[in-house]
Amino acid sequence: MRQDHLITATQLSRDDIETVLDRARAVAEDPTAYADRHAGRVLALCFFEPSTRTRMSFDSAAKRLGMDTIGMGDVDSSSVSKGESLSDTVRVIEGYADAMVLRHPSEGAATLAGERVDVPVVNAGDGAGQHPSQTLLDLHTIREDHGLDDLSIGIMGDLKYGRTVHSLAAALTNFDVNQHFVSPESLRLPRSVRFDLHETGAQIREHEELEPVLDELDVLYVTRIQKERFPDENEYHRVAGEYRIDADTLADAPDDLTVMHPLPRVDEIAPDVDETDHARYFEQAHNGVPVRMALLDTLLENAGSAENAEETEADR
Amino acid sequence: MSEHELRVSKIRDGTVIDHVEGGQALNVLAILGIDGSEGHGVSVGMNVPSDRLGRKDIVKVEDRELSQSEVDVLSLIAPEATINIVRDFEVVEKNRVTRPDSVSGVLSCPNRNCITNADEPIETQFDVVADGVRCDYCATILRADIAAHIDV
Ligand SMILES: [Zn+2]
Repeated sequence: MRQDHLITATQLSRDDIETVLDRARAVAEDPTAYADRHAGRVLALCFFEPSTRTRMSFDSAAKRLGMDTIGMGDVDSSSVSKGESLSDTVRVIEGYADAMVLRHPSEGAATLAGERVDVPVVNAGDGAGQHPSQTLLDLHTIREDHGLDDLSIGIMGDLKYGRTVHSLAAALTNFDVNQHFVSPESLRLPRSVRFDLHETGAQIREHEELEPVLDELDVLYVTRIQKERFPDENEYHRVAGEYRIDADTLADAPDDLTVMHPLPRVDEIAPDVDETDHARYFEQAHNGVPVRMALLDTLLENAGSAENAEETEADR
Repeated sequence: MSEHELRVSKIRDGTVIDHVEGGQALNVLAILGIDGSEGHGVSVGMNVPSDRLGRKDIVKVEDRELSQSEVDVLSLIAPEATINIVRDFEVVEKNRVTRPDSVSGVLSCPNRNCITNADEPIETQFDVVADGVRCDYCATILRADIAAHIDV
């Protein structure tokens, strides 16, 4: 990865992904080797909407690299609610930290932040947009089970607003993967995501039911259908019920099918799936730490080499 | 000049924007920021029969030539348009519009949750893609209704 921000998964090449995932594997094998790697550096955790897990995962990753972390506290009591622009906020925080992680309710917020500051910015979710660091840990989980080529991956649930889906679909175009999208008509992939997939010539198919494709899948990636997307609660229950899986659903699935979920789940994966050999979602969540360590390490290294390049030019 | 075009009066100096898709003439004026208060003579022909387009609109603006950025945006809603510069009743230059790679600060993003609609000090930026434009910030693609999002 030459760039020092991670804003969308569409920016990631196969090389970028493999660089981070190789490093994540090394980190997982020998975490102590990375323990003091970024001692003295500070990571700002800028969460403009609540997300305990993603925030803790980055916090843990940074601390395991020897970094300190700073946060914004409760968004309600911060200057954000006093009407300060995001542009100003990130420029101020740039002076406090060596890198920043940004979670924001508006699509494009991370792109804006990346334009405003020179320290590395990681998009940890921008509205219904993208969530590329989640994608890296998803890919790591898939790679450890199956490798990343010659696969059929089913992605099911809320594909319209699911930022983890948008990022994962984009990243998978770097590999030899058939992507099957399973959702109700009203929650199909947005036009912009389909546009990118078609541009890359990706193999994609869209379905309203899981059953006909289940037996050809290597991975089933389930996402939550959010109640607040439906004006009518009955309609929500009807739709959500159809995209729920349990151990029975998976009875005829291939033995080595991996079931994933970005978590938190509500009831789209029944607890009896946890006991099957398919369940990989907790492992997937745990992979967040080594993958985010590898990501931060890579971005800080890139940022460092960019600084050095500037110095060399100035010295001449 | 053909009989059809004579329905719109001739101008001495200025710009004739021809081969505008039928119904887009008022949007062309909106892009150019012309509402009549500037004092330029403006003639608009709408739904004039055209060999090439079936029906077309024509806009003639006296004493005004167009900047490149105006032509760029024009190309998004009138990709077939020809721009004729008239001096002393003669067409001295005739140009087809070409689609730019991107447009800045002219369109508003239709995605209400886009950061460009959130009171930030930021200019919208759209990439021109195959059959529309795409927000650089939230990736939303705008196709048929570009004219409705012109922000001038
Ligand atoms: Zn936008």
